[in-house]
Amino acid sequence: MTLALFLQHLANALSLGSLYALIAIGYTMVYGILRLINFAHGDVFMLGAYLAFYAVATFLLPWWAAFLLAILVTALFGVVLERVAYRPLRDSPRISVMISAIGASFLIENVGIVVFGGRPKGVLVPDVMNVKLGLGGVSVMSVSVVIPVLTFVVLAILLWVVHRTKTGMAMRAVSTDLDAARLQAIDVNRIISFTFGAGSLLAAVGGIMWSYKYPQLNPLMGTMPGLKCFIAAVIGGIGSIQGAVLGGFLLGGIELLTVAFLPTLTGYRDAFAFVLLIVVLLVKPSGLLGGRHVEKV
Amino acid sequence: MRTLGLVLGALALVSLGACQKKSSTPTTVKIGVFEPMTGANAAGGAMEVEGIKLANEMFPTVKVGDKELKIELVVSDNKSDKVEAANAAQRLVDQDKVAAVLGSWGSSLSMAAGPIVKDKKVPAIALSATNPLVTKGNEYYFRVCFIDPFQGTVMANYAFKDLKAKKAVIIREVSNDYSVGLARFFSDSFKKLTGDEGAILSELNYNTNDQDFTAQLTTAKSMNPDVIFAPGNYTESALVIKQARELGITAPFLGGDTWETPEFVDVGKQAVEGAVFSTFFATEVPITETSKTFLDAYRKQYNKEPAAVTALGFDGYLVVRSAIEKAGSLDGVKIRDALAATQRFPGAAGHITFDQNRDATKSAVIKVVKGGKFTYLTTVQP
Repeated sequence: MTLALFLQHLANALSLGSLYALIAIGYTMVYGILRLINFAHGDVFMLGAYLAFYAVATFLLPWWAAFLLAILVTALFGVVLERVAYRPLRDSPRISVMISAIGASFLIENVGIVVFGGRPKGVLVPDVMNVKLGLGGVSVMSVSVVIPVLTFVVLAILLWVVHRTKTGMAMRAVSTDLDAARLQAIDVNRIISFTFGAGSLLAAVGGIMWSYKYPQLNPLMGTMPGLKCFIAAVIGGIGSIQGAVLGGFLLGGIELLTVAFLPTLTGYRDAFAFVLLIVVLLVKPSGLLGGRHVEKV
Repeated sequence: MRTLGLVLGALALVSLGACQKKSSTPTTVKIGVFEPMTGANAAGGAMEVEGIKLANEMFPTVKVGDKELKIELVVSDNKSDKVEAANAAQRLVDQDKVAAVLGSWGSSLSMAAGPIVKDKKVPAIALSATNPLVTKGNEYYFRVCFIDPFQGTVMANYAFKDLKAKKAVIIREVSNDYSVGLARFFSDSFKKLTGDEGAILSELNYNTNDQDFTAQLTTAKSMNPDVIFAPGNYTESALVIKQARELGITAPFLGGDTWETPEFVDVGKQAVEGAVFSTFFATEVPITETSKTFLDAYRKQYNKEPAAVTALGFDGYLVVRSAIEKAGSLDGVKIRDALAATQRFPGAAGHITFDQNRDATKSAVIKVVKGGKFTYLTTVQP
């Protein structure tokens, strides 16, 4: 294998991994606050991509306006989803909320099939995302450079919010102990709504970037990325924002390098992701960067 | 007076009901439409259903014995999923008790229904499923299109004779029977033509619903093939070609009949220009009188050009309607026998005669994507 070929494989892996990382951050945030695995995250991701598509295709907005509008509407949708599907169950056993999340996921998918139609749609990729960049035999599209940059910008902003702002302090308090946080006069509902809004906004950013990289939409497009990014979040240590980014890069790297170096095992590409999940759960259940705290039972 | 009227009316209704009960023969015939309406293959399913519905609107009844029965279409969505396909087929034969089944787009989906229609003795007609295994050993499954050994040869010939290709890379959708089968027939034929056992540089795999093919394509690029044969589902294929062009691969892409969907061009855009594939029918070359009837009706109703599989949907409906008429009965075995005896039935996409494997022998056409449209290149006789 030549150096150029190896670098090309590496570039491909980084580009996929950063996309996983971007979506995994939203997953891990919601889990960090509520200990809830938001199964509808992948479908919120799909919704964001569709909104941006219609804003461009039907309302003829420029792509950046469509992007902003779509992520804001999706964030709002996340807040409403929490209000309707999760808040009424906050004092119920955790399993009820999880079932409600699965229900919400199926509902969004099937309403998506009715409203958007079952046939896939081709996305018009903005020109700035569609520039071919080449360097010494390695060639990538500009969108594959934008995504990692975006991922690290988002990571930096989130770390700043969580560790340097009052809202972030309240988030950490809610995450540690919800009732104790309420006793400290923290508006728990507001913090949870904020978290869902931010998580859904990130899902939308991920969804739109995904549709620029793989310009094809269908109502079930969120299922597999949703699962993969859940795995990425668990590998990194669910609840840890840095962990989600690390997990995303690891997962993308392992997937693509499997295909590149073990071509006969390509059919088992997804299986590798799930095997990795099992191994991490067996060896280090809290994930690579997970907290050291013991689960209270 | 009003009371009397009511009583009389009620009496009339009762007697009408009694009349209907007496005649035990049904007034409608149900034909099951077994197609993917959602999921990865939804576009293919929708195009076949268009053809079936058009035929149903033009020929809504069938003569069974001396009675004119209305044909009712029962659409069952197999969701582009092999497990769901078995459920959908079961529902059609058990619950809806259809006289015959049309579909499905996608060989794997049709194969999932195979044992079910065979078991219940309900004849089924695949419209565009080209894998030989769909009809093999199943005397209740027919098809109105050619099969992949022929299609693979056609494309291998095109690669060797027209493109003067000596080395090829194959990229297949490994979880799709159609793609794997067609890739093998292409490979066998291409090796024979070039007389070179090493003419296929590599066979690379991907899964249905995959979106990232950069790893496979980077490998393909390093082998520097003259041509890439990549049969598979239309959206995955469009993404494969798009990512190949982004990686700087310039070799021409060849594929099979599944590429002929608007979504292939819609997703692939500029990247799929010049992609060449084989299919069943081209609107530029009508074959029979039925072709003209079909084209006129379709253009009038939809105001666009039909896809080849839409013509096959139209044909499937007409063939089964004619078989029910000839059988003079709604009995599955009798309809099956009538189907098997079909000789040179004039369909929109060519004459249909079923061979001993219940497959139609037809010519193939080769099309190329040009200016975002599927353009006719040539016809290849079997």
